[in-house]
Order: sequence, then structure tokens, then C-alpha cells
Amino acid sequence: MEQKNYKAINKSVRKKDAMQLLLGKPVYTEDIAPKDALVVKLLRSSHANAIVNTIDTKVAKLVPGVVDVFTWEDVPNERYTTAGQTYPEASPYDRLIIDRHVRCVGDVVAIVAAESEKAANKALKTIKVNYEVLEPVLDFRTAKDNSILVHPEDNWVAPCEVGGTNKRNLVASENSEYGDVDKVLADCDIVLDRTYHTKAYNQAMMETFRTYTSYDRYGRLHVISSTQIVFHVRRILAHALGIPKNMIRVEKPRIGGGFGAKQTAVSEVYPAFVTMKTGRPAMLVFTREEAQIAGSPRHEMDVRVKLGANKDGKIRVLDLYTLSNSGAYGEHGPTTVGLSGHKSIPMYTGSLEAHRFNYDVVYTNTMAAGAYRGYGATQGIFALETTVNELAEMLNMDPTVIREKNMLKEGMLMPAYYNEIASACALDKCLAHCKEMFEWDKRYPVRDMGNGKVRAAGLGMAMQGSCISNLDVGSATVKLNDDGSYNLVIGAADMGTGCDTILAQMVAECMDCTVDDVTVFGADTDASPYDSGSYASSTTYITGKAVEKACEELKKKMSEVAAGLLDCSSDEIVFEGKTLRKINSGESVTVAEVGVKSQLNNDIITQASASHSSPVSPPPYMVGMVEIELDKMTGEVKVIDFMSVVDCGIPINPALARIQAEGGIVQGIGHTLFENITYNEMGRPVESSLMQYRIPTRLDMGNLKVEFEHSFEPTGPFGAKSIGEIVINTPAPAIAHAIYRATGVWHREIPITPEQIVMGKPDN
Amino acid sequence: MITFQKYVKAADLEEAYSLNQTRKNRIVGGMLWLRLGNSSYNTVIDISDLGLDRIEEDEEQFRIGAMVTLRELETHKGLNDYTGSAICHAVKDIIGVQFRNMATLGGSIWGRFGYSDVLTVFMSLDTYVELYKGGIVSLAKFVKMKRDNDILTHIIVKKKPLKCVYDAVRIQRTDFPVLTCAVSEMDGEVRTVIGARPAKARLYTDEKGLLKEGLTEESIRAYAKELSSKVPTGSNTRGSAAYRSRLVIVLAERNLKKLGGLE
Amino acid sequence: MEITLTLNGKKIMDQIEPDLTLFDFLRDHNCYSVKCGCETTNCGLCTVFFDDTPVLSCSMLAARAAGHRITTLEGLQDEAKEFIGFIADQGADQCGFCNPGFVMNTIALLRENPDPTDDEIRQFLSGNLCRCSGYEGQLRGIRAFLESRRGK
Repeated sequence: MEQKNYKAINKSVRKKDAMQLLLGKPVYTEDIAPKDALVVKLLRSSHANAIVNTIDTKVAKLVPGVVDVFTWEDVPNERYTTAGQTYPEASPYDRLIIDRHVRCVGDVVAIVAAESEKAANKALKTIKVNYEVLEPVLDFRTAKDNSILVHPEDNWVAPCEVGGTNKRNLVASENSEYGDVDKVLADCDIVLDRTYHTKAYNQAMMETFRTYTSYDRYGRLHVISSTQIVFHVRRILAHALGIPKNMIRVEKPRIGGGFGAKQTAVSEVYPAFVTMKTGRPAMLVFTREEAQIAGSPRHEMDVRVKLGANKDGKIRVLDLYTLSNSGAYGEHGPTTVGLSGHKSIPMYTGSLEAHRFNYDVVYTNTMAAGAYRGYGATQGIFALETTVNELAEMLNMDPTVIREKNMLKEGMLMPAYYNEIASACALDKCLAHCKEMFEWDKRYPVRDMGNGKVRAAGLGMAMQGSCISNLDVGSATVKLNDDGSYNLVIGAADMGTGCDTILAQMVAECMDCTVDDVTVFGADTDASPYDSGSYASSTTYITGKAVEKACEELKKKMSEVAAGLLDCSSDEIVFEGKTLRKINSGESVTVAEVGVKSQLNNDIITQASASHSSPVSPPPYMVGMVEIELDKMTGEVKVIDFMSVVDCGIPINPALARIQAEGGIVQGIGHTLFENITYNEMGRPVESSLMQYRIPTRLDMGNLKVEFEHSFEPTGPFGAKSIGEIVINTPAPAIAHAIYRATGVWHREIPITPEQIVMGKPDN
Repeated sequence: MITFQKYVKAADLEEAYSLNQTRKNRIVGGMLWLRLGNSSYNTVIDISDLGLDRIEEDEEQFRIGAMVTLRELETHKGLNDYTGSAICHAVKDIIGVQFRNMATLGGSIWGRFGYSDVLTVFMSLDTYVELYKGGIVSLAKFVKMKRDNDILTHIIVKKKPLKCVYDAVRIQRTDFPVLTCAVSEMDGEVRTVIGARPAKARLYTDEKGLLKEGLTEESIRAYAKELSSKVPTGSNTRGSAAYRSRLVIVLAERNLKKLGGLE
Repeated sequence: MEITLTLNGKKIMDQIEPDLTLFDFLRDHNCYSVKCGCETTNCGLCTVFFDDTPVLSCSMLAARAAGHRITTLEGLQDEAKEFIGFIADQGADQCGFCNPGFVMNTIALLRENPDPTDDEIRQFLSGNLCRCSGYEGQLRGIRAFLESRRGK
């Protein structure tokens, strides 16, 4: 494996913004918006499916402090999507800013703009809406070809052919097969046919959706938003508001977490519309309730796995069918579903003879889903890994051994992963390493702790991608200053993960300077080079490579300037970090001198930009093992230890990579044991606050241990792959496995609550 | 968000009481409902300056002011020595330290909330409620009283020789409980309190005398089973009635075993 | 109504609506470290000191703070600086939105219990939610601070 002695790479440096954040400085959207911004509040539907017959805003407009109230009659009739994705837009154009036909509880019925929050709230209470209430489709299993259509409208548009049609409640649909699945299934000793159900988990980032808008000094719409996708937001707003893109500027300040939620333009359009209509600065801050009931959560899915194997544990065939619930709108519907198969099946490339993956994505009258860390892979991996665990238990085979027999190894061609080659894969080493660290052989046997309590262990493997191949574009601009320091300008969005810092580490490595010598700015559509944004685990892998390219380009320019100073040709210049030297001579100039020269009678710009896309999306890999203590009498599950080993290529910043893993694992623990999204019979979300939607506290997660196995990804910057998403995928299968070990019952729906554990019965 | 026109820090209990006789006025304790409700009031009456924030302990009893916080109960040595830390155990998982620094004993008891850990543990003790006008009534009686316009000023816990054990089941550690259970033994009498049924806590004594021969594995099992048939349980998002009824047996058995030193 | 209180060591007087929350009052007075993450007392982001006690400013009336000392992270920068570097070394600051509440409550913990065990740390800070870090890095940071202080 290629491994260098790096100076700035593979080092745990502090995040560049760490002290500002820890000292509570005003760096978020709401902190920097002026106090006189209009307060924007949204009146939301209390019905899951209804037509607004009449809406009376007369009294609301008279409330002192209320500036204006807008309804469906005031907005453009051009449908758009709020999904933040690259061209070609895969998600259907199925939204209006305010639609007369509301399709889920929480859909917007009116926009109120007022001088104060109190006035806005008062106005909301006085708006009178008369609804024609329609029967909703709430169960996603009955949605396809249901006589009730979520989107009956004629101006529904699918900008991309993804197998969907609004006339069948179908957002997308696809079938794919490799080899003769039915034939291999018929030839297997064992066929397991299991269906798994996962919920529409909320990201629950601590900062809810929020956006501030105003007109700038050129009369353009200036949008400051807590978003992962500044360029996509510009496109979405231009489309929704019917104004040219060059009349919009979008920037993001620091972001209070995203996890994919802010890869959809959930809040931006409303204050933007208010600013357009009133000419005044406006701000919308979602309440936690709004974030819970009208956010952009994970897609609820049913994943049916048919697994065919031989008695010796050889997994020969996999057949997956996924039914995904996109909710009332199609954001990310056509794309998340693919990962449930494409990022689970390839883990068993080692032995698979055939595989099939079919899916349907449906509309229902529930909260619209979107992007959430893991993006479909999480759901598919829970299903597949649990089935493999069941196979192992059925064969009395150690589940680590069955994986060793079947798993993907480095160098293999992956027919289930776009025929990519696993160029960097330490999955086998992750398993061996985790097994030893966890002391699997000691902890795997179930131990009775007395008083109804047992300890048991379980495991799961995972993979993800490192970008969207052939689509994502990452870009970086690097420029030299006259003191020898550098500015890095990016369009990727640091949402707390530390990408500003790791990209600066890459500049430092390339330019042979310190990380402190590099300042980072981003993201701003006026100033940043185009970047798809921070999602799909792509920032390190894609934007990182763009940084590398830009630095190489910058060195060439600096060499040209140095050549002028040293009176030689630029091929004779060697870049040595602090200096540029004329080859075979002692003559050199400092980087600062080159910087000064660049500002004095100069026609060579000491700035370089580069873009990068990748034809491949190299998967990171991970193994997670959990020990739980389960109380058989009450059903309570206590996580004792969660240990995992990750192969993310070369970690650029091991401390930050480790935190990514720990944070993802704890979210996964929450999803497996208590986070839940349910609806009442009217279609109203029940878990509408953090009082009802319980996320893990530090008392719910046990001890975490994360270590790394390095592989070197040749197409990544400095051998790096990705880490952001994969980390959420192993808790569900590992914990479900441990619960089976403790109770003899396989739970195929998460969360698995104490009640389900106590009341659960073994199946045949 | 609760809205109101006027805020009065009462100078004495009489002022607080007279203001509280209007339906549109309201006394505030820890104020943790402030962001949760949507109603509006004329006047909010703050009783935080009336010296109701003290725990007085003597040979006979604890007299705990209504404004004493849950955190103060959690860390009070005398109360926890007396209850074998049952009080600390009952409150320590309620949301977080900051919440418990605000939530008051008076507010918790006055609310007679179904999910209340606090009500459950205090009902297992020899507890009385001191009302400004209504005088001193037993907690068991108070729980059954309708809400009125009186003011709860103190909680009194008589120092009878006591053994006490508390436990609850939660889906997530700092969530509302699915079921709470406190058991105690005073003057040879065993009390069991079951709360979060999900309705408010109820007190049960050993009417059939199943435990009168002592706390043994067998007597406890018989008692817990009998108890479960008496405790009405219901369903909500945190659990079904059937699950809760099972938990009644499990928690009662476990707590009684601890009470009897069988564990 | 008019209130007088001490905010971060400075006596201030202001006219307020009776139902103004302390949270809104503090942000109106440029204490932007104070954040809101829920409306239901669950997240701990709005933690400030009421006299010296950590409380949730979202559920406290500004009126009740009259005559008291209120302290936000703006007023405790030096005390915070003693240990936050250790959190930063772990990368556990992450998105930062929960940091002020977490830092405030950690200060409260360390004042009350200068040498807490891991379990005491977890228990005391359980009302401070963080969705990014998985908590373990925050714990490592506090532990590293305590170890370095013991070493001195």
C-alpha cells in the first residue's frame, strides 16, 4: 500500500472555527441577520389531503405589526423541486410555493410577514381557512395505483425519466438483474425471504432550518441560509420565483448541523418570496415542531431480501425489492432508493453468482422525505446484514466466518456496483481488526447476568460511496497573498464536519506550508467556484481532488513569477515550500516575495482554480460490533460497547474522522432503539417535538471505540475516500442481531422498543 | 408560547391567593410549561420570593417548600439518607440538571401529572400537602382532589422508620417513564405506588395480607400478580396497557425483593 | 414593565413585556451565544446561569430574573478557555450549535465537582443534546482537561 510521510495529511489538527464555536460567537444565520428583518411565519395545513376552498386573511392583515399575508393566489403557478441535486434534476417538479391542494399535514397554506414574532403568531391565529377535506393515502404499501392520487395535477413534470408517473402515485421505478437470479435461487440449499421496515427518521440537527433574505446594494436577492448546497439553492429559487439566477446570491454562514436535511431547500423560498413582495429583509426560523413535521426526513422503506445460499454458508444470490415512501413530494425519491441495493449487494461480491434489484418509490400524504446521511444505503444494509446474520445463526456458523467466506475483497470487479473495481478495500482487515479489538469470540456467546438480564453481541458490515460518479463537481480556488499565505475558496459547505479544515490541510500539504497559513472561505455563489455542495460523502474525495489540482496549477503560476524574478525559465524553478529555487543554483525567492511581485507590475495571476469529477465512487467500508445488556423482563436494552473499524482510505484528519464515526453510530443507535416517526389516523405526525422524538443523550450510547484500517484509494486526494455517511449504517443490523442473540427473536422493523422485545414472539 | 399581560411577584401568600381567585390568573412554579402551552392569561403570579425554597428538617419531619427544585431534592443529604436515595433515584433521569434546577416540587405535586416520578415516590412516603387555605391533607387525599384556586405551600414528609425502593422503565434514559413504581415499608406496612399507568399514580396496600408472613420470593410473586390485576393501565405512544400490566409485576417484584433484602 | 438585573457583571435596566422569556431578552441584549434548539425544555442549548445555577433560559421569564445575576457564555470567556481547547483537540466542537449550552453546563459541573468521574460527567450533562459528536469526543476532551489539570 502506498503510504507517504505527510506533513499536514493524516494529522489531527483542530477545526479552523473551533474556538469561535466553543466560545459561542455569533456566526450562524440568526446571529448575523439584522434585528429589523421581518419575521416570516407559515400557516400550515392540519389536513393530510385537502383543497383550500376559501382563505380569509383580512383580519390577519389588520393585526398591528403585520406587513402582509400571502396565499396560493399570490404565488407563481410553475412547479419546482426543492431537492438540492446536480443536473439533470432527478426529482419531479411537483411543488408550488403555496399550493391550493395541500398534500400532507404541515403543507404551507399562508405566509405571514410581520414586524415581530408576536404579531406574526397572532395573525396566524386569525386566518380563516375553509378546506374541502379529502381522503388521504397514509399507508405507503397501498399507494401505488391507489385510486386516490397525491398529485393529480396536470402540470406535474418529471425532468428526468426515472420510471415515475403522478397518475400511479409513482415517483420512480426500476428493475435490474445480473445473471439468472431465478435459476440460482432454485439451485440453492437455503432461501431466506424476509422483509424489513425502517422509518422516516428525522435528522434533528440542533439548528433547525432557517434563512435570511434581503436585497443587496445592486438590487439582487441576497440569501443567507443554513444550507449544504448554495448553488442548488440559487437554481431552485430562480426556478420557483421566476427570476434570473444572476439576480440571486446565496451564501451560508456556519451551519448548526445538516446530515442531509439541508440538502433540500426547505426554508429558503418563503422569506425570499416575502423580500421580493415587500422589498424588505425577511427571516424565517423553523420551530422545532416545524422541523419535525415539515422537514426533510429519511425515506421510510420496506426492503424485501431473498437470499439464496448453500449449506456451507456460500451466499450465491441476492434479490432485493425496495418500496420507498417519498411522502407528499418527490425530493430525493428517485435517487435514495437506489442505494438500498447498490450499496448493500456489492458487499457479497466475493461469492455472488447473480443478483436482482427492483424498486418502486411512491407518493403518500405524509411528510415529504429527503436526504439523510446514509441515503438509502442505511435501510438496505439493515435488511441485508440482518438476513446474513440470520443465515449464519441458522447454519450455526459464526457470523464473522460467514462473512469471511463471502465478502468483497480488494481488486474484485463489482457487478452490483456499476462494474467498478474495488481498488481500495480493507473490509476484510476491518472485520479481523474489529473482531480482535471487540474480543468477539469471548463476547459472542450469550451470558446470563442474573435477575433476567443477559449480555449478547451482534455485528454488521457496511459500505457507502465517496461521491456521485460522473455527476458531482467539486471546485476550489487557491490564491497566494503577499505575505506568503494562501486563501482557499470553496463552494462546499462545512456543516460542522470540518471540511474547511481538511481541505486546508490538503492545501498545506501541497504547498508545503502550515495549516495556519491557509484561510478558508465558503460558500457563496458570488465568490466561490461552482461546487455541487456537501452531500453524498463527496467533499473530501471530490472537492479535495479539486484542491490538489488547483494547488498544482498555482505552483506553476508561482514558478512563472519566480522565473521572472530569477531570470530563468519556469521549468528551471523548483518549488520548495517556503522558497522557489532556481535549479542547480543557490538562487531562490521566498513565496512571500513571489506574492509581493504578483501585486507589482505583474501579468501572471497567482491564483488557480480547478474542478473535479470522478468516473468512480470508491466505497468506504466499516464493521461495527455491539454488546448489549438486555433485560428480558422489561425489554430494556442498554448498549454496553459499540466498537467499529472503518476503512475510509487515508483519513485526512483522524480526529475528525473518528468524531464522524462516533456521531453516526450514536444516531444509528437512536434509530434502532427509540427514534420513531408515527402518524395518527388523520395523518398528523405524532413525534412533533424533541419531547416526543427522543434522540440519544450521553446516557444512551454506552462506550464507543472507533479505529481505522487504511487502504489507499488511487483516485482520491492523498488516498482518501469518504467517511460522512457510512458511519450510520452498522448500528441497526448489529443491535438487531444482539437482540436476537439475547431473545431468540428477529426484529425486522426499527426502532425495536422494550415493549416489542418483551411481547415479541419467535417466528417459524 | 403562553402569553399574559401582567406579571406580579407576590409580596405575601395572601396577595398571591387573592390574585389567584380569578380564572384568567395563574401561579407559576418552575415555569417549564411556558413554551409548551398556547393559552393566554391576565396575570401571572410569581411566588418565588416567599421563602418557599427551603427544606426544613427536624426530628419529626421534613417540611419542604413548594419552590424547592427537583435538583435540591436530588442532592439533599437528609432526604436521601432517609429514603435510601429513592428520591434521588426518582428524579435523576428527569431531562437534565438545568431542567431539575427549575422544576419545583410544588409544581410537580400540584400538577398531579400522570407521568410523574416525583408524585410516585412521595406517595410511597408518609407525605402531606400543606395548602394555604385548605390546611394539611395527606398526599393520597390531595391526589384525588380537584384542582382549585388554593396555593400549595409545603410538602411534609413524616419521618416514620422507613425502607423505600424506587424504579421506573424508560424507553430512552431521560424520557417520560413507561411505568413508575415505588415501594416502601413503614410500621410494618408495605405500600406500593404505581405511576405513569399512564394515568396518575395510585397507592396500594397489602389489603389481602399476602405479605404479612414476610417478604419472600413466593409471597412477593403472589402479591405482584394480585397487584397487577388491580392496577388499571392504559395505552399511549410509550406503551400499551398489556405491556404496562406486565411491567407492574416486574417492577413490583423487583422493588419488593430489594425492599426485603432478597437481592 | 421595568426590570433591573446584572447581566455578565453589568447592571442593566430595561422595559420589557411581562411575558418575555429570558432567552429572548438575552438575545435582544446581544448575547448571541444563547441558542434555541427546541421549545420543549429538552435540548439544553439555551443554558445560562441564574445567579450561579444553570437553567434553561427558554423557559424562564425575564421578569423573574429581576434583581438576579444572569451570566451567559459571553461573560465566562476566560473560564471557558481553560478547557475548551481540549474539546477542540478532539474535533468534538463539530457544528458548534450546542457548544455554548454544553460549555456553560460543563463550567457548572466543574465548579460543583472539580474532579468528576466519567459517569458523573455523563449524568450532569445528560440534558445537553448534541447530534453531531456522539458525545464520546466531548467526554475525552473533558477527561484530557482533568488529567492535564491534575498533572499540574
